[in-house]
Amino acid sequence: MGALNTLKDVVNFLTNPPIFITLMAVTFFLLIGRRAFWRPRIGLVVGVVAAIFVALSTLDPNFRLIVGKPDNIPIVAMLFLVGFFLFISMSQAYNNDERIARGEPPIEGSPKEAEKTWVWPDLVYTEMLCMVIGIIILVIWGIVFKAPIEEPANPSRTPNPSKAPWYFLGLQEMLVYFDPWLAGVVLPSLIIVGLMAIPYLDTNPKGNGYFTFRERRVEITLFLFGFVILWVLLVMLGTFLRGPNWNFFGPYEYWDLHKLLALNNVNLSEYVWVKMLHANISGMNMFVRELPGILLVLFYVGVLPGLLAHSRREVKLPGGARVNIGLRKYYEKMGPWRYSVFVMLVLAMFSLPIKMVLRWLFNLKYIIAMPEIFFNI
Amino acid sequence: MATAKPPQPFLSRTWDYITETQIWRSIFRHGMPANNRNRVLVVMSNVFLHLHPVKIRKSGIRLKFTWCMGGLTFFLFLVETFTGLLLMFYYRPTVAYAYMDIIDLAEQVPLGIMREIHRWGAHAMVITVWLHMFRVFMTGSYKPPREFNWNVGVILLVLTLLLSFTGYLLPWDQLAIWAITVGSNMARATPVLGHEGPGSQLLALGDVKMVHAGSDARFALLGGRFVGEGALLRFYVLHCVGIPLVAGILMAVHFWRVRKDGGISGPL
Ligand code: HEM
Repeated sequence: MGALNTLKDVVNFLTNPPIFITLMAVTFFLLIGRRAFWRPRIGLVVGVVAAIFVALSTLDPNFRLIVGKPDNIPIVAMLFLVGFFLFISMSQAYNNDERIARGEPPIEGSPKEAEKTWVWPDLVYTEMLCMVIGIIILVIWGIVFKAPIEEPANPSRTPNPSKAPWYFLGLQEMLVYFDPWLAGVVLPSLIIVGLMAIPYLDTNPKGNGYFTFRERRVEITLFLFGFVILWVLLVMLGTFLRGPNWNFFGPYEYWDLHKLLALNNVNLSEYVWVKMLHANISGMNMFVRELPGILLVLFYVGVLPGLLAHSRREVKLPGGARVNIGLRKYYEKMGPWRYSVFVMLVLAMFSLPIKMVLRWLFNLKYIIAMPEIFFNI
Repeated sequence: MATAKPPQPFLSRTWDYITETQIWRSIFRHGMPANNRNRVLVVMSNVFLHLHPVKIRKSGIRLKFTWCMGGLTFFLFLVETFTGLLLMFYYRPTVAYAYMDIIDLAEQVPLGIMREIHRWGAHAMVITVWLHMFRVFMTGSYKPPREFNWNVGVILLVLTLLLSFTGYLLPWDQLAIWAITVGSNMARATPVLGHEGPGSQLLALGDVKMVHAGSDARFALLGGRFVGEGALLRFYVLHCVGIPLVAGILMAVHFWRVRKDGGISGPL
């Protein structure tokens, strides 16, 4: 019993957002470039281990309470589906890379696959089968799990926690780090704009119509980091690990309404003026007070893109992938317009992990804090 | 002496009889798609099948390539349309009735799993549309000439989320109104257009603010200052008519473009 509890404590500890997100992000960058990892066999092992973990965890009442909610079942399924398809796509990609390295076409371009076949019966029957399986799953799912209905709507009683629908919980999780105008409006809009811009920014003609990693390293790494870590992972975190007052609760922890967490987040202006310069900021002009933050943000969006366009530094990630920290190559390939849009979108995406790390390490609340005009970053 | 024809089994005689009738022949203009000529005819003459070409690259129908995710998404859209229609028979979108109608649906309607299928189907559709986008990205299928279809896809993705979001409110229980409250509170902070958004103070005539809680983006979304009668009706209309209509049209465009861009992508 004692050992089991210790194990649970360890898991509760490891799922703490700073540790959890960092672990996952580091694992992602370590593994994405490793051919040996992306094999169906290893995928199977990972899947089975995860399934055993979930199955055993359901013995814990607190885990059951949150994971067993009918609305949360699909999110558990999503975890496995995303993992499954990650392995499917990455292992096909690496297989194709090996074929291409041998001078063969990717499997999709092999003579056997490039041949044409009849839609009836080959495609029509596959579609039929998918539909039948789909119907069966839905009916069984519908019989086993009742659709939830809670108490009638009561505008005067706010449940704690109040959560958005599950697919928006990644955005709600961003509210921890950014104000609503960024987390709820600007960043989601940029996600949509960014997705739409992908075909116009990616000028690499290779890798069109087949799985490959080698030919599209940076594209795939960026996209998967956004999709798997910043989207799917945050949805999971928001769903399973956020309880009353949006406090963190480990998977085996009881959702205690009165869990108190010391919140002593500090704005950048306080760090600079009060802690470093021992000045009094209470009567200060807003723009003077926030000058350090304003300069920092202007540097991030105004100067950094130019510096990056100029430099050609390259770093080697532990996974073997090389990443150009200097983006001169891209600037030359993409031209000023494409490059500017691309870099702004990437910087917007990385503003989230950057703000996360600043919060975890320095308790930094806002880089620019102008509550007077609702402008906090 | 003529050799007697061996007697045909009953089923095949019946089958022959049915397929010879004028009714049958008026619907199906050709024989079973067992030979190549009929395979062409069946795809070309059937309005549903003609979404497809007659022949297709082998790589494009391998499950490992498409994961059937676009197809499943479309299938789930159809399931939602069908089950949603049945739910509309029982559901009235007013604060007085909505919740009770959902309770009645569970307690009174025999064999009622329509609400379950509708809800789980909606969750599943969100997941399949993400996975479909994931697949399309991983095979680089957004590259020329498919850039535009990727964009149609992104809009479909947003519409799928909005469909799910508007539907979430309709049961009118605590889960529903508070989820929508949390979600729509974001609109309050819309830059310039939300009354707590940066820049909203700029829109003022002298001392009179033009963007306030009764005129901002959130108000327009909810048809009120909070999630109430106005929001319920708005979400209902968008959920049952507005968004499905737009999504349906865009899906037609999406499938058309898949064909016009050369079918499922493959290496050149
Ligand atoms: C309601 C949502 C959607 C439906 C019903 C749908 C349906 C489909 C179907 C049936 C196909 C044929 C191939 C396949 O099944 O993979 C397809 C292909 C495609 N879809 Fe979608 N889709 C949807 C959303 C999206 C999204 C969100 C994107 C991307 C952001 C997208 C981009 C594409 C592209 C580029 C193709 C061509 C792929 C190729 O040629 O390999 N679609 N879609």
